[in-house]
Amino acid sequence: MVSPAHFVALAVILFVIGGVGVLVRRNAIVIFMSVELMLNAVNLAFVAFSRMRGNLDGQVIAFFVMVVAAAEVVVGLAILTSIFRARRSASVDDANLLKY
Amino acid sequence: MTGSVAGAPSAAVMTTVAAVGVQRAAWLLLALPVAGAVILLLGGKRTNSWGHLVGVALPVVSFVYAVIAFFAMLSYPASQRSRDLHLYSWITAGRFQVSIGMLLDPLSICFVLLITGVGSLILIFAVGYMAEDPERRRFFAYMNLFLAAMLLLVLADNYLALYAGWEGVGLASYLLIGFWQYKPAAATAAKKAFIANRVGDAGLSLGIMLMFATFGTVTFNGVFHAVGGASHGVVTALGLLLLLGACGKSAQLPLQSWLLDAMEGPTPVSALIHAATMVTAGVYLIVRSNPIFNLSPDAKLAVTIVGAATLLFGAIIGCAKDDIKKALAGSTMSQIGYMMLAAGLGPAGYAFAIAHLLAHGFFKAGLFLGAGSVKHEMDDEVDMRRFGGLGRVMPITFVTFGFGYLAIIGIPPWSGFFTKDPIIEAAFDKGGTSGAILGTAALIGAGITAFYMTRIMFMTFAGERRWDEKVHPHEAPPVMTSPMIVLAIGSLCAGGFLIIDNRLVNFLAPVVGVPPVSHGFLTPVSGGALALAIVGAAIAWAMYGRREVPVTAPAGSPLTVAARKELYGNAINESVLMRPGQWLTRLSVYFDNRGIDGLVNSLAAAMGGTSGRVRRVENGFVRSYALLMFFGALLLVGALLLVRV
Repeated sequence: MVSPAHFVALAVILFVIGGVGVLVRRNAIVIFMSVELMLNAVNLAFVAFSRMRGNLDGQVIAFFVMVVAAAEVVVGLAILTSIFRARRSASVDDANLLKY
Repeated sequence: MTGSVAGAPSAAVMTTVAAVGVQRAAWLLLALPVAGAVILLLGGKRTNSWGHLVGVALPVVSFVYAVIAFFAMLSYPASQRSRDLHLYSWITAGRFQVSIGMLLDPLSICFVLLITGVGSLILIFAVGYMAEDPERRRFFAYMNLFLAAMLLLVLADNYLALYAGWEGVGLASYLLIGFWQYKPAAATAAKKAFIANRVGDAGLSLGIMLMFATFGTVTFNGVFHAVGGASHGVVTALGLLLLLGACGKSAQLPLQSWLLDAMEGPTPVSALIHAATMVTAGVYLIVRSNPIFNLSPDAKLAVTIVGAATLLFGAIIGCAKDDIKKALAGSTMSQIGYMMLAAGLGPAGYAFAIAHLLAHGFFKAGLFLGAGSVKHEMDDEVDMRRFGGLGRVMPITFVTFGFGYLAIIGIPPWSGFFTKDPIIEAAFDKGGTSGAILGTAALIGAGITAFYMTRIMFMTFAGERRWDEKVHPHEAPPVMTSPMIVLAIGSLCAGGFLIIDNRLVNFLAPVVGVPPVSHGFLTPVSGGALALAIVGAAIAWAMYGRREVPVTAPAGSPLTVAARKELYGNAINESVLMRPGQWLTRLSVYFDNRGIDGLVNSLAAAMGGTSGRVRRVENGFVRSYALLMFFGALLLVGALLLVRV
């Protein structure tokens, strides 16, 4: 029997993988993918809790998260493309003009 | 023969009625010199060629009006001679109401006539004296400014407007002492006069504040009516604060040091401001405030002590100075000492103080104009050791100066005999030890006066000529000699005119009360004063008339040396006030630089250093920002959990 605890555990694992990916990778696209992974881990947790509590609130929020994530990807990829055009690089360490 | 206030009819506070008729135009007295100053100052160089004529004409018109107003006053009965002219409301703030008004009463009209009359004569003299000065227009502008301020001082009907005039004459005095400001001595003297006056002005302003705090009003009428109900301490404090103000303006001890240096100004300035009018403002203040002083024997005693000490102090300085103007300045200080002494004697002396003040206005202005005439012809030489024998080449100056000389040493029938002797009498009449001491001081002062004035006469006009070959003195032009002649006639007649038949005493009685006793002339005291004057003059003749005067000053006795150094007045000021003041300034500067600036600067440096280190966190790597956000989020979650538990 698959209990909600299993779903939550999976969500945590996915979230940590995504988080580590954001922290350690330099390629902006990979970082984006990691962010998506974190968002979907949270979605998984929402749906699991929704199921557990027997109401639809969590599922509605999961949809919201998906919509926001889609919008964010659109804007983020547009920025990334323009940075790549300017610098010929997708590495986040190269875009470091805003510092002390 | 009691000199106490209780025995004397106290000066009832006069009721004032609104001015009518010709006196309604009294604002002209002020407006004319103000207009003169404004035209000359704003007109600039365009008025250079005719400015001095305007500068003379307006005060003369002012004098003519003053004479008309004076006769209008004489036509009123004695009890209704105090007339008030409201000009406008100056300050209206709740309970505090100050209106600018003019008070025409017997006391103020005396001053108005003196200021405009002697002022006009001196301005006429100045047309000739300043003829070669490229800045003559500016000189006349300042002189008009002075006249306006001085008239405001004596015509004001409240202490605040009086104070405005008081400060105005201080400003005009500063501007005129420093008129030749390219001379460092003149610039320094102007500053010295201003600063010494500030000390006195502080006393006067504190007095006015005390009046307002105690009585809620600063008008003469209000204060004098209310002062009877005030406590003894307040009245004495008021008297002493007013005395401090008077000391500053009238160069009395201990604020006397500025007057001798003030002789750096042009001679007409010395004659008008530092002999005839402004320096007598202190006497006016005390006589005007007579209801306050009548109630405080302590304050009156302080006034007499200041007066007696200054009359000896100034006279001793006058004996040793070789600079003719400074010798005369010492004499001015001494004569004002007489007036202060008289003013401090209460109703017994108020009228005599004013009589001596008016007579002094004539003879001292005449003496200064004579000195100015000599200085003008001697190419600005003022050292009497380089004069000698001028009586033969400048006969008119010699005779007019001689009239002033006879007036000041008190030879009958010249003015000083009539006006100085009643003061000495009144001092003796005070009775007791203090009366004897004050009277003796005044009597000795009369002897010293004769000595130094005779010395000036002999060194300047008698003996062999001691001046350079290059100097060719001759008589001054008529524009300069005619005012001197008028003043000489005044020196001859003024005293007798004012004193005989008690003319001035009766005229001023509604304002200042009447003296309790009346002496005739040629009393033992006046005989003694005359004898002492003759002795003093004889000693001076033996020392300076019979013997040849050396061109370089001999070493002299310790007293002479001290008198040359103005009895160490400046040294005392320097060691007691100036040097500690400088140390205080240096200490404050050190504390400011090291203490306060150090604190502020180190705080700023600490902030700067910390920021320099903290900003290194912004390293431009997205991942470190992300890590920080993670830690931040963890911290938040941890905190939330902690709160829930």
